[in-house]
Amino acid sequence: MQSIRKRIFLTRFVGSVLAAVCIAAPAYATTPAEQLAVFAAQSGQPPQISKGQAFFNNKHGAEWSCASCHTSNPKGEGKHAKTEKRISPLAPAFNPDRFTDSAKTEKWFRRNCNDVVARECSASEKADVLAWLISLKS
Amino acid sequence: MQYKNKWIVACGFALFSFAAWADSPVNKVPVLPAYKAECSACHLAYPVGMLPAPAWKNTMGGLQKHYGTDASLDAATVMQIGKWLEANAGTYKRVSEVPPENRISKSAWFIRKHDEVSPSVFKRASVGGAGNCVACHGGAAEGNFNEHQIRIPK
Repeated sequence: MQSIRKRIFLTRFVGSVLAAVCIAAPAYATTPAEQLAVFAAQSGQPPQISKGQAFFNNKHGAEWSCASCHTSNPKGEGKHAKTEKRISPLAPAFNPDRFTDSAKTEKWFRRNCNDVVARECSASEKADVLAWLISLKS
Repeated sequence: MQYKNKWIVACGFALFSFAAWADSPVNKVPVLPAYKAECSACHLAYPVGMLPAPAWKNTMGGLQKHYGTDASLDAATVMQIGKWLEANAGTYKRVSEVPPENRISKSAWFIRKHDEVSPSVFKRASVGGAGNCVACHGGAAEGNFNEHQIRIPK
């Protein structure tokens, strides 16, 4: 009797720990399309793919553009302009991990926009860039 | 379901890397997963023992201007990583001094260890600067800086 109770307790305990780990972690889980919809809603205008491409490839008064590290072809790998570290493809069709975690997306937009445009990017700039990245297919 | 699978793989990988680190020759300290994840997104997750605690404190206090790029993190992650770095920082004599700009590569011991490498070698595109350990120390990411395993690219 006791051993059954023990087993039930153990199963529940291990189960709840596993559940906690696996539910807590992907709390920000999302898809590129969902994030695009959020940025587009925040900006109040439809995203423009061509504007996103131009924004990505142009410099904005600072040393770098987005393409300085991600290259103008984000279907492929990039390289950190300073550390030379390999950067995996940014276009979601070529890297399924991209834009699946909204906290990560916000973190990198915050940092990289600060490096490239010396300010935070607006919702419409983010929407345009993401729309262009999503549009890149084989 | 897809996410669960990913997490099972990620958890397995984390355990595996933990085991690998435990065996590494330079770093006996298991690396904090957040340190590895955040810092190695841009560069090698440098061995924690190569800087003294005040240098790590300076670094974590200035992430918004981190050697020319914005490497800012949320406050909780800064706190978590900073605490771990300071707790496991180098304490032996040669790393007791804070190097200029808090750079490992500007530490007296680093300069001495690399004194037979000419500055032009560090400038090679294939090397990518003194901060890119892995260019010559192939096992750097695993904490292996064995001088018999150095390969300087042309």
